[in-house]
Amino acid sequence: MADVKLTHVKKIYSNKVEVLKDINLDIKKGEFIVFVGPSGCGKSTLLRMISGLEEISAGTLEIDGQVVNDIPPALRGIAMVFQSYALYPHMSVYDNMAFSLQIAKVSKESIDQQVRKAAEMLQLTPYLDRLPKALSGGQRQRVAIGRAIVRRPKVFLFDEPLSNLDAALRVATRMEIANLKDTMPDSTMIYVTHDQVEAMTLADRIVLLSAGNIEQVGSPLELYEHPANVFVAKFIGSPAMNVVPCRIEKTGEQTHVSLSSSITVETPIVTEASEQAKAAFFGVRPEDLLVVATEAEGFLSGKVTFVESLGEATLLYLTVPGCEDMIIAKQAGTLKTQRGDTVHLSALPEKMHLFDDKEVSYRR
Amino acid sequence: MAQLASALVTMLLGVLGCAVYFYGSNVLLDKVFPTKSGPAQKVARNLRISNTIRPWLFLGPAVLLLTFYLFYPVIDSIRLSFFDRSGDEFVGISNYVWLFNSDEFFESFRNNMLWLIVVPTAATFFGLIIATMTDRIWWGNIAKSLIFMPMAISFIGASVIWKFIYDFRSGDDAQIGLLNAIVVFFGGEPQNWITIPFWNNFFLMIILIWIQTGFAMVILSAALRGIPDETIEAAVLDGANGVQIFFKIMVPQIWGTIAVVWTTITILVLKVFDIVLAMTNGQWDTQVLANQMFDWMFRGGGDFGRGAVVAIVIMVLVIPIMIWNIKRANAEMEGR
Amino acid sequence: MIASSKRSPLTYLVHATVLFLVVIWTIPTAGLFISSIRDKDQLSVSGWWTALSTSEQRIVDRANGPSAQAQEGDLFVIRGNLLTNSSAKVTKFGFSSLEPEAFSAGDLAEMRKGQTLQVMPNGDYALSSPTEWKGSRGQRIFYTAEVPPRFTLDNYREVLSAEGLGQSFLNSLTVTIPATIIPILVAAFAAYALAWMRFPGRALLVAAVVGLLVVPLQMSLIPLLKSYNLIGEFFGVGSKTYVGIWLAHTGFGLPLAIYLLRNYIAGLPGEIIESARVDGASDFDIFRKIILPLSFPALASFAIFQFLWVWNDLLIAMVFLGNNEEHLVLTGQLRELLGSRGGNWEILTASAFITIIVPLCVFFSLQRYLVRGLLAGSVK
Ligand SMILES: Nc1ncnc2c1ncn2[C@@H]1O[C@H](COP(=O)(O)OP(=O)(O)OP(=O)(O)O)[C@@H](O)[C@H]1O
Ligand SMILES: [Mg+2]
Repeated sequence: MADVKLTHVKKIYSNKVEVLKDINLDIKKGEFIVFVGPSGCGKSTLLRMISGLEEISAGTLEIDGQVVNDIPPALRGIAMVFQSYALYPHMSVYDNMAFSLQIAKVSKESIDQQVRKAAEMLQLTPYLDRLPKALSGGQRQRVAIGRAIVRRPKVFLFDEPLSNLDAALRVATRMEIANLKDTMPDSTMIYVTHDQVEAMTLADRIVLLSAGNIEQVGSPLELYEHPANVFVAKFIGSPAMNVVPCRIEKTGEQTHVSLSSSITVETPIVTEASEQAKAAFFGVRPEDLLVVATEAEGFLSGKVTFVESLGEATLLYLTVPGCEDMIIAKQAGTLKTQRGDTVHLSALPEKMHLFDDKEVSYRR
Repeated sequence: MAQLASALVTMLLGVLGCAVYFYGSNVLLDKVFPTKSGPAQKVARNLRISNTIRPWLFLGPAVLLLTFYLFYPVIDSIRLSFFDRSGDEFVGISNYVWLFNSDEFFESFRNNMLWLIVVPTAATFFGLIIATMTDRIWWGNIAKSLIFMPMAISFIGASVIWKFIYDFRSGDDAQIGLLNAIVVFFGGEPQNWITIPFWNNFFLMIILIWIQTGFAMVILSAALRGIPDETIEAAVLDGANGVQIFFKIMVPQIWGTIAVVWTTITILVLKVFDIVLAMTNGQWDTQVLANQMFDWMFRGGGDFGRGAVVAIVIMVLVIPIMIWNIKRANAEMEGR
Repeated sequence: MIASSKRSPLTYLVHATVLFLVVIWTIPTAGLFISSIRDKDQLSVSGWWTALSTSEQRIVDRANGPSAQAQEGDLFVIRGNLLTNSSAKVTKFGFSSLEPEAFSAGDLAEMRKGQTLQVMPNGDYALSSPTEWKGSRGQRIFYTAEVPPRFTLDNYREVLSAEGLGQSFLNSLTVTIPATIIPILVAAFAAYALAWMRFPGRALLVAAVVGLLVVPLQMSLIPLLKSYNLIGEFFGVGSKTYVGIWLAHTGFGLPLAIYLLRNYIAGLPGEIIESARVDGASDFDIFRKIILPLSFPALASFAIFQFLWVWNDLLIAMVFLGNNEEHLVLTGQLRELLGSRGGNWEILTASAFITIIVPLCVFFSLQRYLVRGLLAGSVK
């Protein structure tokens, strides 16, 4: 129902640490945005600034075209779902959901109607009289979501809502959130997580943060296929992309790089002539590496130091002469390969990534 | 009946008055600066104002009371200590000169030091021992509850209880004080315990130890339970025996709590005067600072200047604890 | 803890030691209680531990005077009963102070001039003489009686009515209840502000509270008494009022109250409070609807503390309420008795027990909360 726009937003805590540096972000009405990033990068801080729980040190925040920097949380038209559910332990499920409406002095009938509707939607009707402590983790999280729905917010804010749930419940609740999005196509949703799968499956667009900066904004596939820099490349995807230092040997339509004295790779990435002989980083995802029969077919050979069989896939950890880091290759199914074997690897040229010495991608 | 009714009415008025203040002032604030509806910019402004005012509505009574009842009196006591008996005429340091030349002061100071050494030590020691032992037996909670019980008894009530134990009958009469009865049973001479100079101090201290051990026990017992089992199991595997485990593994881990218990009791000891007042009123060389101050202030003495000087000595004695306490609280706040 | 299920000699030693300590700790109170329900004659002559055994008393009494004599045949006889307590039993008797136990009960004692005295075990006596009894005073009789244990509530009846303890009991309640509730209210608001509200000077205030925690309240007495006199004069109500003592107890109790409650309230999950804020609740709403219900354990524990402290206080009551009959609280009354009736143990024990019975009940019924509060304040 609302656009959210951040312009030059900063957060400086009292201890002079700049936790967020110049955030610019335009969130469209009805979008599902996910903030991801390593722990401590400022995701929660950013979300809490949007909610109004944290003051904005500099810049402006607009919701629906109106600057809301000074508007208290309750009047911003937002609702927030917390990681620890934050249910009021001494109130029944019903009262938890009704609380905000009671504070707003909404009439009893209308409260009742809205609470029951939300409960229906989340299959919470049988539990309305219970106290939170008599609910399972998943049910509690649904109550927290219900509490948000009842307020009919323009923007939903979620701070790691699933991280206290066990794996199976997490999948189920994730699907419920996806459903919720479908039933309320007009609501804007901003969702914080550090779980990639959640980010990839839920998001219309992902905002990847690191150390107070936005590294990249884009659809999940954009981030996966065209990471803007090494940080994004390594953050998205599991296991992380293999990134090895290299040297640019030949520039132009096809760039040739050497990983070591003996390994040279041809990539279909365009580089300027000025890049000649510069240091750079070559990247390829483990799942894009293919084991081939002969050395000639591949571009890399290495000795297997470690094999992990996951069942649906096998991870090979290779030491490649001339490369410092281990190279990981992910192959579908199970392999007969054993420790000590030498394997040869190839990759489709369009799956290769090349980053300059500042770790920024050459594909722009 | 009339007395009961008037008591009820006074109580109700007192409590209601307080409730009305908090409710009224906050509702008024919400009325004057509404923050729940209205144009956004106005709400934002109102919110800023009410967020500045409201903490002081919450804190107001507390700050006023603390200032009036504790902070201002401390300052004023310091002032009074330089004035004469009625507090009108400045007399310089003559009250201090008097104090340091007074035998009674040295007697009470010595006694206070004895109290400060013996009572916290004994109460903490017994508390620790009892906490350790009661944790291992099935009826430990009942035992704890009984040992904790004196905590609910007033100092003056405790004094009566113990006076009865120390009771002395001269001549051949049967002793009705338990202590003398035991002494007689074992063939000893009955004594009038609380009049034996020097040692009578200890008979008074026993009362406070009796009261405070339960407090030490409860807190230390919780601390002991907080010790991770693994550290003890590791020590058992390393071949330590029970006593070694207690002193080398358990006690060091609860040093912090022991210190808290110790200081809490120390402060209490400095303030306590009811026991001395009731048992001996400072006779037979049992005077302590708190009772001496009370004497000078309100009874025969009636000398505010001298009373204030003694109060300041007590204050000076607690200052180190106060500083330590503030440091600890600050460290705790940082940790949050 | 250490494996202790094994029945080693050490375990028995622990049981024995704890039992010993528990006995030492409870005996003083038990003694007081037992004494307070003993007969006052027995209380002053024998230790309370003998309460259940029969005691021997030597008593001197006078028989009825000659006016009560009756002629039976040719003898003049005076009859009567020595015992007031029907369950006692006379064992020995005599008629001279030199030999008070010369005869066994039931014997016929020959006195001068053919006069005889006979005392039966049940206390009936008969003095007979061949000549008429003369004079106005009765014959002295010495006897030894075995008195069985006797328990009574007379001591309580006496102190509650005659010694004014009933009135003091009410006074204590009038002081204690508001002096418990007011500081809780004041401190809870302050604690919330110090824990969750943002305003300049917060850290300083917290430090001040912690500092004031140890100020000996004796320091405050002189300046406060002066202020009270001024204020009392100003309002023309005198300086010793209930409001005065409530506020005094509030002021002195506040540092601990704020400290305990702030520790507790600051430990409540912040997300709940933020969630309420997002739901549109003001700080006052949050305090009333979220903080108060959730802090119940801490409030209860401080309430118990303050209740015990105020009920048991002597100093503040003496200074701010005074010693006059109409305002005297229980502890003050007990102290007065200790001075004026120092040797009357039946009065002292019963009074002392009345002063400690309320706190003991509170203590035993609400101990759990008390312990929780203590821990919130001390173990971190
Ligand atoms: N009140 C505060 N004062 C000072 N620094 C703070 C404060 N709150 C958070 N920070 C700092 O701000 C940074 C960002 O915190 P934030 O909670 O936003 O991280 P996050 O991305 O949500 O991490 P996580 O994934 O672990 O939840 C952290 O480095 C943190 O130490
Ligand atoms: Mg976070």
